[in-house]
Amino acid sequence: MIDPHSSKLKLEDIEIQLLLEGIYQYYGYDFRNYAMSSLKRRIRRILEVENLDTVSALQDQVLHEPESLQRFLLAITVNVTSMFRDPAFFIAFRNQVVPLLRTYPYIRIWHAGCSQGQEVYSMAIVLQEEGLYKRCRIYATDANEQVIKQAKSGIYPISLMQQYTQLYLQAGGKHSFSEYYTAAYDNAIFRASLRDNIVFSQHNLATDHSFNEFHVILCRNVLIYFDQTLQKRVHQLFHESLCKLGILCLGRQESIRFSPYENDYEAVEKTEKIYRRLS
Amino acid sequence: MQRLVVIGASLGGLTTLRTILQGLATTFSAPIAIVQHRHKESKTGMTKALQLHSPLPIREVEDKDAILPGYVYLAPADYHLLVEPDHFVLSVDEPVSYARPSIDVLFESAAESYAEQTIGVILTGANQDGALGASAIKAQGGTIIVQEPTTATSAVMPTAALNQTTADWVLPPTQIARRLNALCSVSSLT
Repeated sequence: MIDPHSSKLKLEDIEIQLLLEGIYQYYGYDFRNYAMSSLKRRIRRILEVENLDTVSALQDQVLHEPESLQRFLLAITVNVTSMFRDPAFFIAFRNQVVPLLRTYPYIRIWHAGCSQGQEVYSMAIVLQEEGLYKRCRIYATDANEQVIKQAKSGIYPISLMQQYTQLYLQAGGKHSFSEYYTAAYDNAIFRASLRDNIVFSQHNLATDHSFNEFHVILCRNVLIYFDQTLQKRVHQLFHESLCKLGILCLGRQESIRFSPYENDYEAVEKTEKIYRRLS
Repeated sequence: MQRLVVIGASLGGLTTLRTILQGLATTFSAPIAIVQHRHKESKTGMTKALQLHSPLPIREVEDKDAILPGYVYLAPADYHLLVEPDHFVLSVDEPVSYARPSIDVLFESAAESYAEQTIGVILTGANQDGALGASAIKAQGGTIIVQEPTTATSAVMPTAALNQTTADWVLPPTQIARRLNALCSVSSLT
């Protein structure tokens, strides 16, 4: 006899495949190579929020109601992070990467998968404090249009500023964090000057191609949501988009081992996953 | 499919984990994945501290690491740890019941990928994380071991698990190690 509970699990796997295939065929968003275990948790969460019983019901809704697709995209792709997440990374960046960047007259940086922009502003602050920002152009991209808009606004809940201030200081911040934003009601609005050299645009790591050559590519805690096939694709994209001696920054628990170009990189700072492309 | 042991621990967990790891046989044949709640800024010192007492090699998980028998894997600070049939997946999704890593997240993904081959162990802790995960493992036909609450630094977590699901064994730490050896050492497979 088939155990009804475990057969339900397998049925759900089939439904998820159908949902992802449908979204890809109809809308062009490709989630088919996302890491299944974390994707599944997010899909289940959507079922709860949308008050739906099955993934098939979600499929029906997403394919027939464009507003539902927008909610789906946000729920699947947004990674909530904080400014200066992993302060040790920013310290390492200041100490190991900034001196290398000083040798360039002009610096192009790609923030791949910038989500709501917290890390982009963090980096802009670091570069400003190191006196490099004027020479930089930061391309901040995300697959989700709504998230890009939010990132562009530079507005975050004021309630988070205490935590961000702590992290800013741990990350080697040289000023008072409150210099970088103005408080308005429940929001903190980051200074427009931080945005001067940032270009926000839509780019999908799963389907789009290389669009420039960069001295630094930052992609932290984004690849963890992809399976190994998609990770390889993105590493290829990074390899094509990084100039010789360019810097690649991954998340603290991410590894370059799954890049087909692992041997083309050397570690600049091993624990913080900062690499340099040698050839 | 091979077996997988998943262990969840919170307040007082380090001492208990030491006792359990110390008691494992060198022939222990299943991979072990551990979520120990800890501060998000905590460094890798925990791996070293536990390695001193473990006959099996201990690793802090990096994304997509293979799940190999005979290894002990620790969830890194500030990441959820999930399992798929042959490798780990990390996520920075929102904390679940204030915890990241969350025991429920690990246990629920283990229940899905390893079903009845999963052995879940709930140890000491001052919150209820792991209770839902333990019941997910039971629902898939897996095995649940809960630390005898009177032997726990904080009895809240083992008690919550016992209220949520029926444990196969309720044992003090030294006997948990013995039970795991019996379930997973090489000799028991032959």
